[in-house]
Amino acid sequence: MSTKTPSTEAVDINDPKLSRFEIIREGARRDDIEIVHYEPQFAPGSKAEKRMVRIVAGFFLITGVASLAFLGIFIFWPWEYEFGAYTASKFYTPLLGVTLGIALLGIGFGILTWAKKLLPHEISVQDRHVGTNADEQKLTGETALYMLDELGLKRRPLLKGAIGLGLAPVAVVAAAPLIGGLIKDPHGDERQSMFKTGFNADYNDGKLVRLVREDGSPVRPEDVSAGGQITVFPGISHGATNEWADSPTLLIHLRANDAAKAAEAADADEINKGAYYGPYVAFSKICSHAGCPASLYEQQTNRLLCPCHQSQFLIIDNARPIFGPAHRRLAMLPIEVDAEGFFVAKADYKEAVGPDFWERP
Amino acid sequence: MKRRKLDIGAVPGNVARGADERLQVATPLRSLLNKVFPDHWSFLLGEIALFSFVVLLLTGVFLTLFFDPSMKEVVYDGSYTALRGTEMSAAYASTLDISFDVRGGLIMRQMHHWAALMFMASIVIHMFRVFFTGAFRKPRETNWVIGVTLFFMGFFAGFTGYSIPDDGLSGTGLRIASAIMLSMPVIGSWLSSSIFGGEFPGMLIIPRFFIAHVLIIPAVLLGLIAAHLGLVFSQKHTQWPGPGRTNENVVGERMFPRYAMKQGGFFMAVFGVIAFMAGAFQINPIWLFGPYRASEVSSASQPDWYVMFMDGLVRLMPAWAIEIPIGDGYVIPPMFWPAGVLLGVLAVLPMTYPAIEARLTGDKKIHNLLERPRDNPPRTALGMMAISFFIIATISGGNDVVADKFHISLNAMTWVGRIGLLVVPPIAYWVTYRICLGLQQHDREVLAHGVETGIIRRLPDGRFIEVHQPLAAPDEHGHTHLEYTGWVVPKKMNRVGALAPAIKGFFFPIEKPSEAPVSPGHPPVDPAAKREEVGSSH
Repeated sequence: MSTKTPSTEAVDINDPKLSRFEIIREGARRDDIEIVHYEPQFAPGSKAEKRMVRIVAGFFLITGVASLAFLGIFIFWPWEYEFGAYTASKFYTPLLGVTLGIALLGIGFGILTWAKKLLPHEISVQDRHVGTNADEQKLTGETALYMLDELGLKRRPLLKGAIGLGLAPVAVVAAAPLIGGLIKDPHGDERQSMFKTGFNADYNDGKLVRLVREDGSPVRPEDVSAGGQITVFPGISHGATNEWADSPTLLIHLRANDAAKAAEAADADEINKGAYYGPYVAFSKICSHAGCPASLYEQQTNRLLCPCHQSQFLIIDNARPIFGPAHRRLAMLPIEVDAEGFFVAKADYKEAVGPDFWERP
Repeated sequence: MKRRKLDIGAVPGNVARGADERLQVATPLRSLLNKVFPDHWSFLLGEIALFSFVVLLLTGVFLTLFFDPSMKEVVYDGSYTALRGTEMSAAYASTLDISFDVRGGLIMRQMHHWAALMFMASIVIHMFRVFFTGAFRKPRETNWVIGVTLFFMGFFAGFTGYSIPDDGLSGTGLRIASAIMLSMPVIGSWLSSSIFGGEFPGMLIIPRFFIAHVLIIPAVLLGLIAAHLGLVFSQKHTQWPGPGRTNENVVGERMFPRYAMKQGGFFMAVFGVIAFMAGAFQINPIWLFGPYRASEVSSASQPDWYVMFMDGLVRLMPAWAIEIPIGDGYVIPPMFWPAGVLLGVLAVLPMTYPAIEARLTGDKKIHNLLERPRDNPPRTALGMMAISFFIIATISGGNDVVADKFHISLNAMTWVGRIGLLVVPPIAYWVTYRICLGLQQHDREVLAHGVETGIIRRLPDGRFIEVHQPLAAPDEHGHTHLEYTGWVVPKKMNRVGALAPAIKGFFFPIEKPSEAPVSPGHPPVDPAAKREEVGSSH
């Protein structure tokens, strides 16, 4: 393409001799854009161009085929899930994904090829208009300042005061119901106290709370073999649900040697004194770091590991943290066996359970 | 009267004229059609985020039609028989229904999740591009701040979305989020209690997170994205330095039709990749995790990748608490430092970086030309320092998995992370700095001596030298005096046109070999300030 345009002087765009491209170029110039290079990639009608056209058309046809396949699969393929069965429905989602992916990639590559290969190469240069105009700044600035003058706050101090004292509270009024309605005293609700768990006798009509399994069945000492551990919950209504999210407790049957060490350590401690029952100890399962259930108990070392952040607690030393980010020990639940031979909590936890917080003693 | 014949050919013209008479759009529309965009592959990374966001909106709307954001306990009775009869929240049950009992529901869920991961990944990569090329400099500091905010809004969008299915992993994540709130000094327990509506977990958190996830955060994201794009549009895109490119112009192609078409094709390609991944690769199989129960967790509990750095920092933090022995005693738990202070620093520091850099370098100029990473070694080195910190924190977020798969002690992994977090970033800084200088040096060497040809010549005195192809006419010492412009220097002979371009055609050559290719980043452009006659080669 050869484009010869007279430079500098304005172009008469109504000149019938002008080609459409010349008018486009003139339009671009009026937007401070200079089209400096504009060149078709193929000679029109050449073999190479036809080949590219076929490729673009091919992509669009692939999209058509894949779209029909997607629709066919969506409608006719068996999709109902069957647990464990190796059936055609297992392939429903993969087939949808593959056909939809091919369909969309077909359009994408088709359009991309069209744009990149069939449209002319172009280089245009546009003026950025960097820099600022001091006159403009002054005009706008003065206009804004004049607006302030017109309001006359300087001359009318009473209004200034009235805005400050009279209107400022409105801003708070807007925020009050939004924020205020959300605020909730963490220690205001007796039931949801951060210092009480489901093992508190208050929630069981003053009776001691049993340690129960997830299904609610109470636990006898002989149910936990030496070296073994089970997760127990407070034996109250909904005790094993998330309603009592800080109550899950780990009941561990220590082996004789370890039990002696654990008892010695507990008795040396003011709070945990006598909290064990023979070789049985019970510690809060809720990690003192971030509140995950610390559930990986290693028999050989008597360490309890929290899988979330790898805090480790030494069970035979009052569940003292010995590694990882937790700095507080797990609370110990004082336990005994009731008249019927089932484990009960002698009292609630004497320390707060769960993640650490500011006002926790 | 004779009816005027309808001239079909004149209809578009008439409609257009009518529209312009009423709306006066001709001038603004033309400047829009003609707007010039510079082109480089690295300018398209942000687009991936934008397109992923569109996919997120589309699939997200579908999911809301079936999702029940309620923590009411129900007994599951759906197709997934392994969980039949289990008590769970309505949120979890409805997510199972979307996965198993809604036709095409699973692929929509998986597209939503993959698009979210892609959204965050492309934001991060896009940020790297903007950072390492200095695109955040004046006048674009505001857009950089908006970009960093977009990352954190995306972070919260992802976290709330991850939480609301109420499966085992999302409940654990919420538990940790509650612990992070609790760790804030003074206000901790009030903050957690206010957000959860009582002690964890309560009955309110899923409905609240749901409305944040589908209304509040997307609205903020939409507004920020609109502002982000508007600023790119009005400030005009940065460009690489190169022949004819100055701080005052934009060299590229006009938006319509070619540039816009390429964007449209790219959107479809991104959409297609997400759809393919959603079908081929399983993501977040919540049915395997079971409903959230406060007493259950498994090892390998990892959040989505963009939250893992936080989790890693929390894991690596030593058990340092500050105990204040007043009254019953107060405590600032170890959690506060990585999840409170450090996260705050990690949010504020990047936002203020443009101001910090401008202050340190005393640079108050407008920059529309990008810098190659090698041309600003301190910045590039700082960026690599940050990335190495992020990578170590992220790996540490999965250190239990690494320990398990590679049979390494878990405690050793923690220590590797703790030490690595302090030691590796400075090393990364130093190494990057040296690499930048080395690359610069090599560019200068080629500019002075020419391109290595690979031809070894033996001189009469027996020495061997490699023949260099100078890039310009050399002086009497064989040196060329070319200015270092901060743009690509050809380093191979075929880059200076010494090799014939490949002949096109897959099975057989098509016509004659095409002419020497024009590198898209390296166009033969003359400055366009003057209106001179321009004739192209054909």
